[in-house]
Amino acid sequence: MSKEDKRRIMLEKVLKEHNYQESALLEILHRAQEIYGYLDKDLLMDISGSLNIPPSHVFGVATFYSFFKLRKPGEHVVTGCLGTACYVKGVEKIMEAVEQEFNVKRGHSTPDGRLSLLVTRCIGACAMAPTIVVDDEVIGKATKEIVIQKIKDVLGGDKAENR
Amino acid sequence: MKEFGVDRECKVARTGCIGTCSVGPAVLIEPGDYLYQSVTPEKVRDIVRDHIVLGLPVKDMLYSNREYFKKQHRLVLRNAGKIDPLRIEDYIAMGGYSALEKCLATMTPQGVIYEVRTSGLRGRGGAGFPTGQKWSLVARAQSSPKYIVANLDEGDPGVFANRTLAEADPHAIIEGMLIAAYAIGAQKGYIYIRSEYPLAIQTLQKAIAQAKSMGLLGNSVLETPFAFDLELRFGAGAFVAGEETAILASVEGRRAMPRPRPPYPANSGLWQKPTLIQNVETLANIPLIIQNGGAWFAKTGTPKCTGTKCFSLTGKVNNPGLIEVPMGITLREVVFDIGGGVADGKKFKAVLVGGPSGGCLPETLLESPIDYDSLTKVGAIMGSGGIVVLDEDSCMVDTARFFTEFCVDESCGKCTPCRAGLARVKEIFDKITHGQGEMSDIGTLEKSSVFIRDASLCGLGQTAPNPVITTLRYFKDEYIKHIVEKECEAGKCFKTRDEEEEA
Amino acid sequence: MSVNLLKLKIDGVEVSVPEGTMILKAAKDNGIIIPTLCNLEGLAPYGGCRLCLVEISGSPKLFPACITPVGPNMEITTNSDRLKEYRKMVVQMLLAERTHICSVCVANDHCELQAMANQLGVDHVMFERKFTQEPIDSTHDFLVIDRNRCILCTRCIRICDQIEGVHTLDLKLRGKDSEVIMDLDEHWANSCSCTSCRKCAKVCPVGAIYIEGEPIGHTKNKEIAAFIRDRRNRR
Repeated sequence: MSKEDKRRIMLEKVLKEHNYQESALLEILHRAQEIYGYLDKDLLMDISGSLNIPPSHVFGVATFYSFFKLRKPGEHVVTGCLGTACYVKGVEKIMEAVEQEFNVKRGHSTPDGRLSLLVTRCIGACAMAPTIVVDDEVIGKATKEIVIQKIKDVLGGDKAENR
Repeated sequence: MKEFGVDRECKVARTGCIGTCSVGPAVLIEPGDYLYQSVTPEKVRDIVRDHIVLGLPVKDMLYSNREYFKKQHRLVLRNAGKIDPLRIEDYIAMGGYSALEKCLATMTPQGVIYEVRTSGLRGRGGAGFPTGQKWSLVARAQSSPKYIVANLDEGDPGVFANRTLAEADPHAIIEGMLIAAYAIGAQKGYIYIRSEYPLAIQTLQKAIAQAKSMGLLGNSVLETPFAFDLELRFGAGAFVAGEETAILASVEGRRAMPRPRPPYPANSGLWQKPTLIQNVETLANIPLIIQNGGAWFAKTGTPKCTGTKCFSLTGKVNNPGLIEVPMGITLREVVFDIGGGVADGKKFKAVLVGGPSGGCLPETLLESPIDYDSLTKVGAIMGSGGIVVLDEDSCMVDTARFFTEFCVDESCGKCTPCRAGLARVKEIFDKITHGQGEMSDIGTLEKSSVFIRDASLCGLGQTAPNPVITTLRYFKDEYIKHIVEKECEAGKCFKTRDEEEEA
Repeated sequence: MSVNLLKLKIDGVEVSVPEGTMILKAAKDNGIIIPTLCNLEGLAPYGGCRLCLVEISGSPKLFPACITPVGPNMEITTNSDRLKEYRKMVVQMLLAERTHICSVCVANDHCELQAMANQLGVDHVMFERKFTQEPIDSTHDFLVIDRNRCILCTRCIRICDQIEGVHTLDLKLRGKDSEVIMDLDEHWANSCSCTSCRKCAKVCPVGAIYIEGEPIGHTKNKEIAAFIRDRRNRR
């Protein structure tokens, strides 16, 4: 079975779990993003057909909530917390340094697709401010040196594996 | 512990957040409430040897700031740090679910509502609506089924009280929901939680599964005819979804756009059915009120504003963390006694109360008591309980700009003032912080802020101008300095494009 | 079934109105016209534009007349100085938000936003105007959408869903970035559900959706939604 078929079967299971109910649209989008990594238009059309809701409604919901990604994210994702506590503690400077160092603007990926730089509005770890999340690891009381080194480590780690 | 042969006498347990996030990792030793800070694997050895075996607490590693806990009053966070959140047995051992038993065995729904009314409890989500009154509205509504939605969409940046509660004591939320459901006659409930809180989600999922297997949720709760089922619903990164009518749209799988009230959710909520929407902190108070009586609860806090409130204390303060204080405590006590004052010996400048749509209050207002009405009077709000301390390095113009930008990003776009108005306000701030401000801008800011506050559809738009209005009221000099002298004392503004790129 | 009549006061005049009536209609039936933009008879009220805000004595809040039902003994003010001021602000904010240049607009002289500005006496815009430059979608055979002129009233979306019944249109994104889309944000020509019924163009209050080559006065038809709704209900 191809990878694509397997994913579709997983999605079908999710749809069934929720009884193909329109009201479960958010849950289904969450799970679909887990399965596929992001939500492209074919997938959204598929969901619209399965739940029998208009395509524009599905697109409207998927773009209203900033958690849903409609574009393929980079292999590694760096997320800066722009919550109040982190802002007051100077997360902006760290973000600027990362943008500079890896030549990537927030909200975008590097041209080679290896790194995405995102921002979030608060991960709720304010006492550890400023915080930056590199892949799944939360770096508290971050400095630009620590963060840049960490990103270099995760990017470099792949290269070593490839060799 | 094995090494010292005390592994039979001691139990090592994991627990939810104790609230002292700045000095983590933390270890608590009972009996005696000894809290060790900044513990490492090496230090643990010393602690076990000296404290447990020899009975001599390791003084220099103990959490030094006793004041941090002294002025707090822990009701909602009663079990945080005391129980293993993943074990329902721990919760039950602390008296958990006995309030539910009491309700089902000896109290009528009206009796439950009467106790909640007597307690004077008000909604902890921000607006402060009397909880008992809300419950009787839903209980009186004619149509059925009825629903209950627990709001855990803690979208305010800088606030993590609800997350901590869910991670430390999930069953308190579930028990509160069960009691509320019994009182209003609901059979189905949803907990709407931010997807940014993976640990809280896991903890709640486990807790719900445990409650189901123990017969606390399902068709016959505690073998009575009362039936109640509970599901989690995940948010997806939209601050506005915490608004009462927007959360309904989101649970129904739509864009989280608020709608005007009336009709109120108590009569027409989820799928047009009567719905009780309640913040999880409010719900966690309920078991205590039932166990000890509304009159007991009303003794804490002030007469018009009973009980306690959790606050996330952050920013430039020595002891950031999650605190729970009785209503009526002053801001000064929170910032200086519990928070230990401004960090790094800097000078206090302002305190922001109530999240991104709260108010920036100057030192002269530090004696204000923390309760719904006093805060509103000075231009701040209780909000979901964020307190951010700003020091002399913070520019008030830049701070107001930052919060306006947040609200511009989070506006749903439905009503003109919030969508089109806030964006214009933000542009004026950009103008001022880039040295192109004119004195007439201050008038435009004042006029538009008041308009946006009065004319917006929902709470987001109505409170979004608060930081602008309060900084204009208490720190107008800074605005004038920025405009006339092109000077920013905190050194935050007037970066040229080159400088910005360099930084 | 008899309808309960409620007594209330609108701008000091005592009136009797059936229970459940919206303030906007109650006022209109008694000769008081409250300004509106997003509202359109025949479609579900939206409450977004905030032009129809009124004061109700006893409450510090303002209420949208289009979607607030009358209550017993209400004392409603529809035209205080504050409300007049706020309505001007709404129009100014809409004018500043995107590209509104009457002289080069297809809807010139047939535009509800322009008419509202005139009616309310808006003689200047206190904000810097934005002049967005989104590309125009003219891929459809005759329907054109220029999102730079859109005021996000959602009349087109509501008529497409509630009257035509296809829900081709909806909103994407949120806040100031919100836009009207077709299906999965396709060009209009590629829309799989659009029936080319033109109702969206008929009810657009400004020049955002129009029919290429057709005089706009000919296209616009504000009564169409109520007309279809009423005849459909009678059937």
